[in-house]
Amino acid sequence: MATSVTSRASGETALDAVPSRATAARARLRSSAPMLTFIGRRLLSSAVVLLGATFIVYMLLSYALDPLEDLYASSAPNKEQLIEARIRALNLDTPPPARYVSWLVGAGGCLIGRCDLGSSWVTGQEVTTLLGSAIPSTVQLISMSTILAIVLGITVGIASALRQYTGFDYSVTFMSFVLYSLPSFWVAVLLKLWGAIGFNDFLADPTLSLPTIGLLSLLGGLIWQALIGGDRRRRLTTLGIAGLATAVVLYFISATGWLLDPKLGPITIGILGVGAAFAITALSAGLRNRKALYTTLTVVAIGLALYYPLQFAFVNANALLVVGMGALAVVIGVVVGRIYGGPDRAQSMRAGGLTALVVGLLIFIDRVMAVWFVYSNSSRINQRPIATIGSQTPGLSGSDFWVQTLDTFTHLVLPTIALILISFASYTRYSRASLLEVMNQDYIRTARAKGLPERLVTVRHAFRNALIPLATIVPLDIAALFGGAIITERIFAWSGMGSLFLHSLGARDADPVMGYFIVVGTLLVLANIVVDFVYASLDPRIRVNA
Amino acid sequence: MTTPTPLVPQGGGHHDPVEAETVENAIELKEVEGLSQGRIVFRRFIRHRGAMVAAVVLTFIVLLATTSIGWGPIPGWWKFSTRDLPPVVNPGGAPTFSLSGGLTLGEHPFGQDNLGKDVFALVMRGTQQSLLVMVIIGLLATSIGIVMGSISGFFRGRTDNILMRFTDMIITIPVIMIGAILGAWVGGANPVTLAVALSFVTWTSMARLVRGEFLSLREREFVDAARVAGASNVRIMFKHMLPNAIGVMIVNTTLLMASAILLETALSYLGFGISFPNVSLGTLISEYQTAFATRPWLFWWPGLFIVTIALCVNFIGDGLRDAFDPRQRRIPSKRKMAKA
Repeated sequence: MATSVTSRASGETALDAVPSRATAARARLRSSAPMLTFIGRRLLSSAVVLLGATFIVYMLLSYALDPLEDLYASSAPNKEQLIEARIRALNLDTPPPARYVSWLVGAGGCLIGRCDLGSSWVTGQEVTTLLGSAIPSTVQLISMSTILAIVLGITVGIASALRQYTGFDYSVTFMSFVLYSLPSFWVAVLLKLWGAIGFNDFLADPTLSLPTIGLLSLLGGLIWQALIGGDRRRRLTTLGIAGLATAVVLYFISATGWLLDPKLGPITIGILGVGAAFAITALSAGLRNRKALYTTLTVVAIGLALYYPLQFAFVNANALLVVGMGALAVVIGVVVGRIYGGPDRAQSMRAGGLTALVVGLLIFIDRVMAVWFVYSNSSRINQRPIATIGSQTPGLSGSDFWVQTLDTFTHLVLPTIALILISFASYTRYSRASLLEVMNQDYIRTARAKGLPERLVTVRHAFRNALIPLATIVPLDIAALFGGAIITERIFAWSGMGSLFLHSLGARDADPVMGYFIVVGTLLVLANIVVDFVYASLDPRIRVNA
Repeated sequence: MTTPTPLVPQGGGHHDPVEAETVENAIELKEVEGLSQGRIVFRRFIRHRGAMVAAVVLTFIVLLATTSIGWGPIPGWWKFSTRDLPPVVNPGGAPTFSLSGGLTLGEHPFGQDNLGKDVFALVMRGTQQSLLVMVIIGLLATSIGIVMGSISGFFRGRTDNILMRFTDMIITIPVIMIGAILGAWVGGANPVTLAVALSFVTWTSMARLVRGEFLSLREREFVDAARVAGASNVRIMFKHMLPNAIGVMIVNTTLLMASAILLETALSYLGFGISFPNVSLGTLISEYQTAFATRPWLFWWPGLFIVTIALCVNFIGDGLRDAFDPRQRRIPSKRKMAKA
């Protein structure tokens, strides 16, 4: 779909357009008229593509699914009449293209707000109703995993690119190959039957033996030393410190039965918050920028001061209140940054906002953890908290907001891990390749030559430009995930879009399948437009070719 | 270039950039002097350690799967078939192989299921079918993609527009969805039909790639030269342009094959692919997942084979990509740099 965007930089896409047209009007993106023409043309061609795709799917469905199959095999005395009745009810004696047209007329109503996507002939439910309950469920399933996969994948990919040709880089590359090759259904079943059941069994007596702690600590230390790198002495120091820290934390968790009644408390939040403050400042502004450091530390202090008052506010919480408080926290962080100012005010504000988000999240997690004991010992859960099927525990509704939130989380854990494992590898590979490419550019050499610290070169000059190609993958990936969580939804009995599709296909029920496709296909087509748009606005080398 | 010149230090102002480029390439040029493209690629490929290991493992799996239980009328050397019901040896049918005191296989190295069926025979049959589907999809989808891509890249204009809009339509339909619909249609028949049907929906990425290659190749001088010499369009496409795009195509074919085996097993797992009485690695997992708690080996073996095959094919693809990439330079390790 790259035909309407041309690039001066890469020869391959530049050739997509006919030369005469490319030289004719190289309109700037920011002048609005060509942009509108561009969007209009893209919308039109996408609509044609979508129309063709729905026709293909409709034809395939009408030949692949035979709604009369069960009746042919039935031994009912009035078999003939039943067949007659169903043929009449489903219009089976009109040829499929004619049926497609009548379906299209109904679907076209969606454009003017009167959707008629038909109904399931098995259950008699309207397709719009089915979609209405399936879409939110799928959104809930994929949103967390998408965010986590992007953040984790990019972080690991960047780290791996910065440590190119080291043991860490090779391990990450190998791991992403393995993840590419894993069949998602196998992993999901494994997580469900082995991971979840094993973990729930472990929770009955959550103590780790000393050799296990030693092994895990060694592993943690090895990962850290590979990540931080440096000469042998520095590596050994890192190994020692990180291994010891892991051992202490694991021993504490094991000895106090922390997993049975986990909590963070203000002290742990304070330690983690200060750590986050330093990390965020170091990455976004550099520790030399004292104003930014004071901003993040002040934000942590404000968060801690509000810890006890917040517990009262949390008593009658609901989702809206929690989201609002999160937004408020970010605003406070930004304002603190604004007050401190510094050489670059925006830097302090950004660091402050990010830190506020982290501290807010920690307080939220702490509050959710507080109901863990009540939750896992309630009669419905019976001390097996990691759920393997469904999206909520039946019979738990009506209880506290926090218990329900925790219930949602315990149901989301396994499918989220399964989905992350699938998309994590591609994000890692893309961000690694993209950063390596950028690091070889002339402007990086220039930045180093004029004496910028390596942090600034990496974060400001390289990282930002490396994100451009990634920005074009994310929308497509989200759209694909929306339709592609089919296997995960099936295995974890999640009643979203994927289950709707599989269930309807199995029941030889064409209309819901078409409903599923029109949503997924529209999303995919829109994602493609968004990608073109994002690419054109992020990369100044690319001009809209109206 | 007879003597390898040392690398030019960065920022040597008096060096002409073009000259620096040739000097930098000197060592590589010497290494491949007088070799055909095929030889160069082969040499680079066998130097890729991961790809070589993968190739050996994959060959072993293919040989094991095809010879052990036989294929069609050809008999194999394994003592059980997928239909035999020998008496259960170990309690519960646990695997009989052991590593203590050297590797001993026993009667049923992969174990038995609840009826006593030999799991090794089942897994081998599943591997055969999955490999067959993988190869057919790899070949057929690649051919369709090459034809579509080269026609639209060569002729451009309206032909290109129509073919590419059609490609867009197919891409808009999620592969697993259209695969499941096609599987519901032909799945019960046999693996070959399923593979052919799936080939008709998996050619799209290949078509786009070949189109891109052709768009840039057709501007090159040697194409003009061929045209002036009176070559027909078909001859230019197949004799002059296709060999120049072969690297991209081979690499993409391997990646396609790796995703094909995952697609087939996933569809079979969902019940829209290969189905009874045929056996695929996906149906084995779906059939035996309920027995996980009591007979985990029924679940582990087929999964292990899928992962191994897909991993090997992916590694071979990676090795081929490195081998075909002319910009690829071997970066000497730190130790070698220190030595030099």
